[in-house]
Amino acid sequence: MTSVAVTEDTRPVRKRPLTLSRVVLHAFLIVTALVWLAPVAWAVFTSFRPYSDTAAHGYVSWPTTLSLTNYRNAWDQGDIPLHFWNSMIITIPAILLILLFSSAVAFVVSRFSFWFNVPLLIFFMAANLLPQQVIITPVYEMYLRIHLPTWLSGSGLAYDSFIGLIAINVAFQTGFCTFVLSNYMKTLPKSLSEAARVDGAGVTRQYFGIILPLCKPAFAALAVLEFTWIYNDFFWAIVLMSSGDKRPITTSLANLSGQYFTDNNLIAAASVLVALPTIMVFALLQRQFISGLTLGSTKE
Amino acid sequence: MATEAAPRLATDGAQRRGRAVRLSTRDKLALTLMVGIPLVLVGGLIWFPTIASILLSFTNWDGIGGVTTAHWIGTENYHQVATIYPPFWPAVEHNLIWLAFLTLVATPFGLFLAYQLDKQLRGSRIYQSIFFLPVVLSFAIIGFIVQLIYSPTQGLVNGVLGTHTDWLGDPSINLWAVLVLVGWRHAGYIMILYLAGLKAMDPSLREAAAIDGAGEWHAFRTVVFPSLWPINIVIVVVTVIEALRAFDIVYIVNKGRNGLELLSILVTNNIIGEASRIGYGSAIAVILIVISIVPIVVFVWNSFRETEQA
Repeated sequence: MTSVAVTEDTRPVRKRPLTLSRVVLHAFLIVTALVWLAPVAWAVFTSFRPYSDTAAHGYVSWPTTLSLTNYRNAWDQGDIPLHFWNSMIITIPAILLILLFSSAVAFVVSRFSFWFNVPLLIFFMAANLLPQQVIITPVYEMYLRIHLPTWLSGSGLAYDSFIGLIAINVAFQTGFCTFVLSNYMKTLPKSLSEAARVDGAGVTRQYFGIILPLCKPAFAALAVLEFTWIYNDFFWAIVLMSSGDKRPITTSLANLSGQYFTDNNLIAAASVLVALPTIMVFALLQRQFISGLTLGSTKE
Repeated sequence: MATEAAPRLATDGAQRRGRAVRLSTRDKLALTLMVGIPLVLVGGLIWFPTIASILLSFTNWDGIGGVTTAHWIGTENYHQVATIYPPFWPAVEHNLIWLAFLTLVATPFGLFLAYQLDKQLRGSRIYQSIFFLPVVLSFAIIGFIVQLIYSPTQGLVNGVLGTHTDWLGDPSINLWAVLVLVGWRHAGYIMILYLAGLKAMDPSLREAAAIDGAGEWHAFRTVVFPSLWPINIVIVVVTVIEALRAFDIVYIVNKGRNGLELLSILVTNNIIGEASRIGYGSAIAVILIVISIVPIVVFVWNSFRETEQA
């Protein structure tokens, strides 16, 4: 897939004379980039300033002191470790299940020629394109009525349980990954399966032994992307989770906005803490992230 | 996809026809489970609720007791939503403004950035990373950043401009204030999608345009843009769906009231809000379904047409 190398321009960079138009373009891009960074930079800047400092000098002022106090307070008052852990309990199993389910469906539609392949792919793909709010009313009512054993869900219901959130995230995201993986698997040579079949390998051995290992690059890209999406999810968690101490980190932030008084410096620090994992993932795995995103939109 | 299978049918038809028979029971069981489990999950948690939304929108069910207590009331919910539910028309208007802003401002700006960054610039990757940064932030976090920037007394905007505007409290401007940051995120998203398209484009096309001596805008309009039809459709679909899904950011800012009403908020308010009116919520959800069917069909059609051509 050519799109895997999106950020890496493989075309030879020709030495170009530095024309006026190039200079203008760079000037434009630098200014735009600074404007682009401003909102995040502002949040970071505010997060390092003690409340007393901004109260005395205003927010747009040269800082007299910088400290990590806001981070310490956000960490404690916002129960960041607990909520971060909750996010992981939801995100990691969800990613594994999404990749398992979507690769299984993709395997079937890309390696066999059943009559139902196209309808099946549409069934999964379209599910991912619906706005979440379209289904929330019935899902909410269903979750209140689905009883689960207490070892699976502390509440005894699908509502307000980790498993409930995992399930809805998996159902919602499987379509996108199925679509991407089926395109990916179609690029793998058919002869691989044929040879395996001649050797007497059954369906499960072809799937686990031959196709899955070849999909590692696509899995890496999708895992990075899905991590960001599920970790960033706010909607399912706010509607389907009622216990504050089970909420993932994105929805727990609201606790920090006081009823009468909001400490913006504290909010800024908490926002930076919550955003940090996705920013780190993006910084370290940018290639996977972007190829995951573009695999779904372009093909070679 | 269908045509992809056809040539194989022709070459090894006999073998293929025999394959269904040659699948062992074990294999059949494996294939059934591989498709069946995801099918049940997505069917049960996505498509069943979609159909249920449609059915519930024609009932007066209040969510208390079993669904059997629901009565069929025809289009009454739709009638009431459109006539006596005050936030409905503002929400429609806001969703349309949201869509128009993304379509006319944020998406073109993303295309523009992509086009400029595709010129083998020095530092192109750094620019890309910066413009893409907002996309990895959750909309909830952006909601908080919105508050940090627009706070009347503590915000960046009033601090820099020396104004005392209540950007988020004034219903005539708060939608626009929020949209600035929505566009900030959206443009980066579009930029990356479009860059992928540009990179995959046949470079000789653009060179031909350059040799013609065509102006840059002319070359983009007549050569680059038309040659990227598949990705253009993806971008239109992404833009429409993002506009329909908008929720988190306004929910964080003020729970979607006072100038920030959106259809998605109204659906949700009818279940987690004060008044639990399943029928109302479902009727608004159905309106969202009807609108979103258009981009979904376009996207699906586009994907499969592309596959058939391949």
